[in-house]
Amino acid sequence: MIQKVYDWLDERLDLSPIWRDIADHEVPEHVNPAHHFSAFVYCFGGLTFFTVVIQILSGMFLAMFYAPDIVNAFNSVKYLQTEVSFGYIVRGMHHWGASVVIVMLFLHTLRVFFTGAYKAPREMNWVVGVLLFAVILGLGFTGYLLPWDNKAYFATKVGLQIAEVVPVLGPYVKHFLAGGDIVGAETITRFFAIHVFFLPAILLLLLGVHFILIRRQGIAGPL
Amino acid sequence: MAHERNKNDVKYVGDSRVKVRKEKLYPKPYSEYPGKTEPFFPNFLLKEWMAAVVFLGAFMVLVVSHPAPLEATPADPNDTSYIPLPDWYFLFLYQFLKYFPSGTAVWGAVIIPGFFALLFLLAPWLDRKPDRRPSKRPIATSLMLIVVAGIVFLTYEAVVQHKAQVEAMEASAAQHAQQAAPAPAPQDQGTTATFDPEAAYMQSCSACHGQDLAGTAAAPSLIALNLTVDEVVDIITNGRSGSQGVMPPGMFSGTEEQKKQLAEWVLSHQ
Ligand code: HEC
Ligand code: HEM
Repeated sequence: MIQKVYDWLDERLDLSPIWRDIADHEVPEHVNPAHHFSAFVYCFGGLTFFTVVIQILSGMFLAMFYAPDIVNAFNSVKYLQTEVSFGYIVRGMHHWGASVVIVMLFLHTLRVFFTGAYKAPREMNWVVGVLLFAVILGLGFTGYLLPWDNKAYFATKVGLQIAEVVPVLGPYVKHFLAGGDIVGAETITRFFAIHVFFLPAILLLLLGVHFILIRRQGIAGPL
Repeated sequence: MAHERNKNDVKYVGDSRVKVRKEKLYPKPYSEYPGKTEPFFPNFLLKEWMAAVVFLGAFMVLVVSHPAPLEATPADPNDTSYIPLPDWYFLFLYQFLKYFPSGTAVWGAVIIPGFFALLFLLAPWLDRKPDRRPSKRPIATSLMLIVVAGIVFLTYEAVVQHKAQVEAMEASAAQHAQQAAPAPAPQDQGTTATFDPEAAYMQSCSACHGQDLAGTAAAPSLIALNLTVDEVVDIITNGRSGSQGVMPPGMFSGTEEQKKQLAEWVLSHQ
């Protein structure tokens, strides 16, 4: 039955080449931890992606409870944390995942750096990687404000004061992010929108490019 | 039209008019490398998912055993005594900035970090010899090691300094409370008119229960207690030991009347 449905679709959409391309590519020995244990360093990129998936899924559930305004934000988080069954697990996954993603990203970057994998022809994938790093840091910064307790509030205030130091652009950047002169009602809606719409969209786009380039160029050969 | 093209001359991509490029930049296929290559799916992925399971297991243990922190009250923009702390992965930048006096902040916030970020972004063009082994790229390798060590050091310093700052703040708040309180009253004077329960709390109780009454690692929150004034007075006089630790007796040595006022003040935080 499933085979028939698949055949029907494949006849029209030519599905096989798409998934066979993903499934059949060769994994060389030097990146396979089953052959050389030290090759686990090549897992960090995959684990980063895995954590990004955790962030997206747990974030979608957080968004079902979160109210992005200064009156309700804190209380909605508190409600989720203390009242909703498994709420603290969903929030915990997103909270700790945000740190784990940075750790994994850092390890992945070091792996790529120390194996010299950014050299020709992979320069552009390194650049895409650096942009990914910036996007993840941006997600961390904007997400930190959302629980709207003192820790969140004052860290954001300091962050925006630092942004203001940038010559020429600084005050505009600050004004754009804060949505006004103070960290307040308009800041939280902005940070929310940036955190759940703008940056994830850019993240997924960059990840797509990152993975397509890896498939095109293959992983760098053994040292 | 298409059949008029001279098929031997030019090749096109699919049915488009885009010419196929002759030379590809792609690296040589893995079949040319020695060793045991295997297909991504099923061979590789059906073994490697184990790594993901172990990772997820450890992650969920962390999540369940360490609930995500949330302070007891919403943000209070007027709280001038709050010492801000960015998330840990920004601490090195935050700390770095502290070494720059206010007039030169632009160096610490923008110019120097920006310079390093640019080096990082342009690494493939700065380090362009084909050698890939770290030992054959001494400049790149040592620069990265120094930067990583610097980040670790700055993060550590930031944490240490933040701790010291919080302790100093608490000590000065306690001192402040001592000065504000009418001389830790010789007990019989009972000058209830000038007794300030808040100051007494800051002096005698805040070290364990927190300045905002929200509790600390040492003692539970005192907000929204379900106790009577007499019960709290009893706890202040005789202490208490229970599931959340031990509160020694005699933490506050005022008159009975002052204890009552302190208890009332504590219970007013609902
Ligand atoms: C040395 C640390 C310490 C100090 C100082 C201290 N407490 Fe406590 N307090 C505790 C601990 C620990 C408990 C929890 C005991 C238990 O598990 O029942 C507690 C419990 C309490 C309770 C009961 C809370 C409840 O949930 O029922 C009250 C009320 C209280 N303290 C009031 C005070 C007041 C008022 C002061 C200041 C005079 C004070 N405490 C100073 C450690 C302290
Ligand atoms: C969300 C962030 C990221 C994800 C999910 C991700 C994922 C991956 C994956 C799965 C691979 C395959 C090889 C491996 O797992 O090691 C890879 C390779 C690569 N990544 Fe990333 N990456 C991310 C960020 C970065 C960053 C920040 C950089 C560098 C600044 C980077 C640079 C590279 C390069 C150059 C390769 C090719 C390596 C080679 O061919 O050996 N990536 N990435």
